[in-house]
Amino acid sequence: MTKADLADRLYEKIGLPKKEATAMVETLFESMKSILAEGESIKITGFGTFLVRKKSSRKGRNPKTGDELEIEQRRVVTFKPSLQFKALVEKV
Amino acid sequence: MTKSVLIEKIAEKVEGLSKKQTEVVVETLFDSIKEALAKGGKVEIRGFGNFKLRSRNARKARNPKTGDAVDVPPKKVPYFKVGKELREMVNRDF
Repeated sequence: MTKADLADRLYEKIGLPKKEATAMVETLFESMKSILAEGESIKITGFGTFLVRKKSSRKGRNPKTGDELEIEQRRVVTFKPSLQFKALVEKV
Repeated sequence: MTKSVLIEKIAEKVEGLSKKQTEVVVETLFDSIKEALAKGGKVEIRGFGNFKLRSRNARKARNPKTGDAVDVPPKKVPYFKVGKELREMVNRDF
């Protein structure tokens, strides 16, 4: 399923015209991206939480050459699904 | 940030939709993602990330209260893989 399919669902389920539906799908994910880029987490009740986590720098290795290198501190996004979401797919 | 704050932000950006209507749209989108995964499918949002299922093997665990061994059956769990664009955005200017 892609963004276009999500827009189709909006049309099928709530009758939102295709053009508006496409724009809404785009706006939702763009908004979430800019919030996360600010370092802020987003909690969607019933779905899950998108967390921005800080990773401190650590020593790593280039797996090809075996050379030691410093992996710099960075921020990463993780997703923690809600209990409801987990229960829904558990037995798929 | 919670869903309601996210909905307010989106309602400000789009013309012609009330906050209530925006709420219905956002709820419907997250429900649709859940339904796709519940059917065993996956959802690919370019630039944001992919939602799919991962398998967890059966394992033996213990009831922490009684210490009894319990069998945990194999199961599927939702998994989100961050897209390249989002991964880079989050790490920029930091």
